[in-house]
Amino acid sequence: MDLRGEHLAPDSGTLGVPRLSVLMIRAALAYLATGFLVGALLLIQRAMPLGNWLPRLAPVHIEYLLLGCIVQLALGVAFWILPRFRSGPERGRAAPAWLAFVLLNLGVQAAAIGAAAGAPVVIGLLGRCAEGLAAGTFALHAWPRVKLFGTEGVERGRRAE
Amino acid sequence: MPRVSQWFIRTAMMYLVAALILGAVMQTSLADRLPLFRALWLTYLHLLVVGWLTQLIFGVAYWMFPRYSAEQPRGSERLGWATFALLNFGLLLRVIAEPWHALSGRGGQLLVVSALLQLLAGWTFVANTWPRIRER
Repeated sequence: MDLRGEHLAPDSGTLGVPRLSVLMIRAALAYLATGFLVGALLLIQRAMPLGNWLPRLAPVHIEYLLLGCIVQLALGVAFWILPRFRSGPERGRAAPAWLAFVLLNLGVQAAAIGAAAGAPVVIGLLGRCAEGLAAGTFALHAWPRVKLFGTEGVERGRRAE
Repeated sequence: MPRVSQWFIRTAMMYLVAALILGAVMQTSLADRLPLFRALWLTYLHLLVVGWLTQLIFGVAYWMFPRYSAEQPRGSERLGWATFALLNFGLLLRVIAEPWHALSGRGGQLLVVSALLQLLAGWTFVANTWPRIRER
């Protein structure tokens, strides 16, 4: 019996992981690995100077871990496990969620790299705007899926297959 | 729930309580009198963000993410325990070394070890979780 990809939450049935969630969660893991590396270098720098350029990476550490990792992980898991629809596309309109994925990652890069590279303030501002738009577009996608079980058009995580 | 997730989640709750108590103490006049508390601001932040939030995420992800295989539903259990041990030893070392280094200039080597332990914790978590996230 091949159980690969099967969800392990109790009573959750067999919730397949959609492509967007795979991309978001893997991107979050990549940000985690990179953010921890930068954090480790910043901590080591306090005891053992590694370079004058290193403290400029502090915004990368914060942005990658808070927005790139934690927020993106939450959105990726939400896209996967929020209640689905009985009719039509099971996860509703996916386009705003895809847009959120693109905007969030562009925003994180602009805000983090912009600050670290000493880019003009407008780059950081655009990054923050992209992150805010990502939150808005994801909310647009998720809003109709956040309903009580048994209400019209939405089913529990366990799908009759 | 697997035992390692139990440890992650319970330890995360302990860090949350400890961090919030420390945060409360840092708001009192005691913090003005003792330089130790002024040196603890970053430690406090990391107790919350690493000790509580990250650890809670690690524990829940290890528990609930998709199965890797029938034989190893959660990937490598050893790697799961390694992540737990590395993260917590690293963070506890930071709690000791960071104020010590800030106040006396000593304990720098402990900070380096703490950084490396936490880095390895993050990487072992990613290594164990990555193969479990697949399209189905």
